[in-house]
Amino acid sequence: MASKAEARSVGQRLLAAFEAAGAVEVTPDILQPAEALLDLYGEDIRARAYVTADPLRGEMMARPDFTVPVVQAHMAEGAEPARYAYMGEVFRKQDHRGSARVAEYFQAGYEIFDREDPEAADAEVFALFAKLLKPLDLSATIGDIGLLRAAVGGLDTLPARKAALARHIWRPQRFHRLMERYAGLSPVPESRAALLLGARSDAPWIGLRAPEEMAARIAVLQADAETAPIAAADVARLDALFALRCTADRAPAQLNDLGIAALAPAITRLERRLAALDARGIDLTALAFEASHGRATMEYYDGFVFSFETADPGFPPIASGGRYDALTRVLGGGRAIPAVGGVIRPGLVADLGGLA
Amino acid sequence: MSAIKLGVPSKGRLMEQCFDWFAARGLRLKRTGSDREYAGAVEGAEAVELVLLSAGEIPRELAAGRIHLGVTGSDLVREKLADWETQVADLAPMGFGHADLIIAVPACWADVDTLEDLDAVAHAFRAAHGQRLRIATKYHRLLREFLAREGVADWQSVDSQGATEGTVKNLTAEAVADITSSGETLRANHLRILSDGLIHQSQATLFAARAADWTGLETPFAALCAQLGVNAPKL
Repeated sequence: MASKAEARSVGQRLLAAFEAAGAVEVTPDILQPAEALLDLYGEDIRARAYVTADPLRGEMMARPDFTVPVVQAHMAEGAEPARYAYMGEVFRKQDHRGSARVAEYFQAGYEIFDREDPEAADAEVFALFAKLLKPLDLSATIGDIGLLRAAVGGLDTLPARKAALARHIWRPQRFHRLMERYAGLSPVPESRAALLLGARSDAPWIGLRAPEEMAARIAVLQADAETAPIAAADVARLDALFALRCTADRAPAQLNDLGIAALAPAITRLERRLAALDARGIDLTALAFEASHGRATMEYYDGFVFSFETADPGFPPIASGGRYDALTRVLGGGRAIPAVGGVIRPGLVADLGGLA
Repeated sequence: MSAIKLGVPSKGRLMEQCFDWFAARGLRLKRTGSDREYAGAVEGAEAVELVLLSAGEIPRELAAGRIHLGVTGSDLVREKLADWETQVADLAPMGFGHADLIIAVPACWADVDTLEDLDAVAHAFRAAHGQRLRIATKYHRLLREFLAREGVADWQSVDSQGATEGTVKNLTAEAVADITSSGETLRANHLRILSDGLIHQSQATLFAARAADWTGLETPFAALCAQLGVNAPKL
């Protein structure tokens, strides 16, 4: 494994390359307020953050990534458009043993906040990473969570069902079970059937959740039970979308062939992104497209996603990133800006022989 | 001459059942000296030494390789040891010390019987209260792995090392993940187990430590496994 000094040296070169591409270096604190920020991460990162108590500032955590603090700083005081770069350690507890599972490692990142042309910004980040990582002979994969969101949003069914499905795009197993429930493909649990017929508990009410909250949920379940199931053909089309894998040049045609009308605007955006990648010299016939890419691992991305991986399965992705427009809305208190970015792990780059 | 160190729980019913289990296989474990001394002897096997330990410490002692064999709950090994199968080998379930690690919610929640319900309620709870639905437990790893596998979101665990069943009434949690054998305490505290909320069925289990120094102990270990009627694992 590369030494920390070697990793840092690779990281400094990446940072210099990001600055040469127009980014301003930002240096978020290592200690970040835990309570406000942890809530923004998915269950996985939250469970892995090192949290400690500070007598004046309350619960603090060692930053588990840079994106959230960078977005927060930009939403508080940033000018637009903006390009940021950073390099430093992130900290994540490891639940599994193994030498590649380190609890402290460097990330070098590049983030673009720009309203004008989001697809051009997507292509800029990806192409910059591809150029820097070229000597390592990695395989790149792209995806688009926006396609999945559009497909769910276009279903002909209750808004409550669509919202529940959209919430679980990142948890494939729960998503597919919910889909089976809404499509009438799995049996209604006995307890649900009894509840809808009026079964209630005579146990005393305890806990913070109020009886009104239970009444509201029962009303939602009743409305759901009175609604027709999602059509089997729609379920099949969504399954075909989630399973779609091809080279990037063929992705728009393959997506069109699925016959999901609601995908049209997202496919247009994908075409614009692919054209921008092509203009930056990316060979689309050698680039993998997977509709489900990033579904299980990329927590707050909601559009374009990408990763660069090595053939050795013992290595985590060498680089990854994506678009996170919704996160800027949450941290902007109502304001939002399209944002895309990614990180490279300098330690892994050094392990693989370093940059050119 | 070195010996195989066998760690067993140092007190109570668990210790007695453990002694009985070995006795039924021709090994007589006994305390040496007074009842209060935590040392023991083994009759009926070559080169086996008894070490009496708190059941909760046995996983750690196995992981460190300070004992070769240990008896403890399968729940404790899974909770306390990362990638437990890489650290210990499961020799034999022993048929006692049964307890289920389960998720329970207030019995008054007529609308929550499954993990699907729990997930939906966690989402609504977070929207209504501005915080994730809290689950009180001391089994953080097992709970997190279970709910991640099942795709339940918008929850957080809060640490509870005892009297976990009281946390909901005390408003420090909305649900609990705890060990139960009869379910009595849960019912007395107005809690109900989710129908698909079984995380792990635990029982006392004999484990072998991969990190222990087995040099020169291969022959007595093989003989011991034969006597206990278990397959000798690859360590």
